[in-house]
Amino acid sequence: MIDISGLSYGPAANPILQNVSAEIPAGRVTALIGPNGAGKSTLLKLIARQMTPAGGSIRMDGLDLVQAVPAVLARKMAVVAQHLSVASRVRVRDLVGFGRWPHSAGRLGPADHAAIANAVELFDLGGLQERFLDELSGGQRQRAFIAMAYAQDTDWLLLDEPLNNLDLNHARNLMAQLRHLAEAQGKGIVIVVHDLNYAISWSDHVVALRDGQVAFQGPVAEAATAERLSALYQTPVAITRLEGQVFAQYHR
Amino acid sequence: MADLAAPNTAAPRRWLLLAAVLLVPLALFSLLVGAGPLPLDTLLSDPQALRVLAVSRIPRTAAVLLTGAAMAVAGVIMQLLVRNRFVEPGTTGTSEAAMLGLLAVTLLAPGAPILVKMLAAAGAALAGTGVFMLLARCIPPHQVLLIPLSGLVYGGLLMAVATFIAIEGGLLQYLGVWMSGEFSGILAGRYELLWLAGGLALLAYFAADQFTIAGLGRDVSLNLGLRYGQVLGFGIITVSLVSSLVIVTVGMLPFIGLVVPNLVSRLMGDNLRESLPVVAAAGAGLLLVCDILGRLLRYPYEIPAGTVFGIFGAAVFLYLLLGRRAGG
Repeated sequence: MIDISGLSYGPAANPILQNVSAEIPAGRVTALIGPNGAGKSTLLKLIARQMTPAGGSIRMDGLDLVQAVPAVLARKMAVVAQHLSVASRVRVRDLVGFGRWPHSAGRLGPADHAAIANAVELFDLGGLQERFLDELSGGQRQRAFIAMAYAQDTDWLLLDEPLNNLDLNHARNLMAQLRHLAEAQGKGIVIVVHDLNYAISWSDHVVALRDGQVAFQGPVAEAATAERLSALYQTPVAITRLEGQVFAQYHR
Repeated sequence: MADLAAPNTAAPRRWLLLAAVLLVPLALFSLLVGAGPLPLDTLLSDPQALRVLAVSRIPRTAAVLLTGAAMAVAGVIMQLLVRNRFVEPGTTGTSEAAMLGLLAVTLLAPGAPILVKMLAAAGAALAGTGVFMLLARCIPPHQVLLIPLSGLVYGGLLMAVATFIAIEGGLLQYLGVWMSGEFSGILAGRYELLWLAGGLALLAYFAADQFTIAGLGRDVSLNLGLRYGQVLGFGIITVSLVSSLVIVTVGMLPFIGLVVPNLVSRLMGDNLRESLPVVAAAGAGLLLVCDILGRLLRYPYEIPAGTVFGIFGAAVFLYLLLGRRAGG
């Protein structure tokens, strides 16, 4: 479980996050949702330790994230950032291999090679292995970074808007794999998603943020009601069922 | 899993092999080129010829190889740490800061031993590079050309200060010597500091993976548990020391650190574990070609290797810039 308590970030006069407390369950898919500028990515980056909070605490399975050693954290959680600008020419195969760095420190053993091969296959990168990152499309690059995080084989996987550049097929495939990771391997998945339908149809749990504060949180079925979502986005949202799946209708 | 690892090593090894195969005859040829004659047939029985070889030709060839390799390695480290293809010690104020340090020590302690001078240059280079790194952090990374341009302006500023101090202190000719890298003055006993630069380049190889990961950015580095600050620090120290060692012994050699890593990156990418040996070998080989050309073009006079490389490097640099635009 990730236990966030009293978390704040940004200048006191104009905070980006203000007294955020939330519980993110282990072994489940949790979606961070909310309108633009609500602080979703900030919250994810604070959990990922890419930024230091102004106040409050984050504990991951009892481990205090502010105190934790980088090498230990790298075996505990893997992070895929939103903006994956790459200036250097690294092959996809090598990038995924770097996901094993926290375990192998560069000396890849048979287990590492197996993990790399598995990640490459899972994220449909077989034909791209020998390509350089700067030769890939945005979506392909995104999948390469997700495969690297997967190869890291951590208890927790954090992804900031992983669906951004993906086509329908790869987006759906990614969500299915994340679900599978949670269900079959007990990994905790935290994703920032903009597409409400991906959030409610694939995740178990939601944390909704608005203006840097928690608007609501809880299991999707109970927490993500039409009224709450409408208020969250200040847009009429109707929850219906379509082909047996929960569906949010807000397009018109 | 062996078949999975196989493509990992085959191609890079081929490039390294090619570079090594070309280096050997080049180095042997370099031993034979010079103002004094070196008759091959009586070489082993001619004590005079053997002395020329031991005192001048071998040291000179070794100095060129070490300088070329170390500067190319310094360049690629700088490019990965700044995450910009167009930087090298000559475009980040490192060389100019080193010269400022050298000027200071020459003015304040003219009789200081060369190691002290080198350390003063290295200290100044470290500070100068550090300031550039802070400067570069303020520039959005997608402004690819703004970073080297800012570096050039910053280096020009440092150079202006250095020139002013040199004029006031009557040391202008020293500045001229430091600024144009050339190897005609290399003799046994006057180049050995360069082995240190070669050693540093070798040391950098042990951190090859760390540099490659750092080149993917701070966030990726932190995610993988890398101590990003330490890698950054180690890289900057390496680059500063190498630049200072080279300036103190042979003078400034621009473009090697820029051109060689770019050429190698096109061929085999930036995974330093694979490419660093090739970067070093290509830097050594290209500089040696330039030095040999410099010795032959106006025989028996010499053109500085730095000048020859400057012309070659400028052409390649322009090609890289324009090629980038054409490629989008």
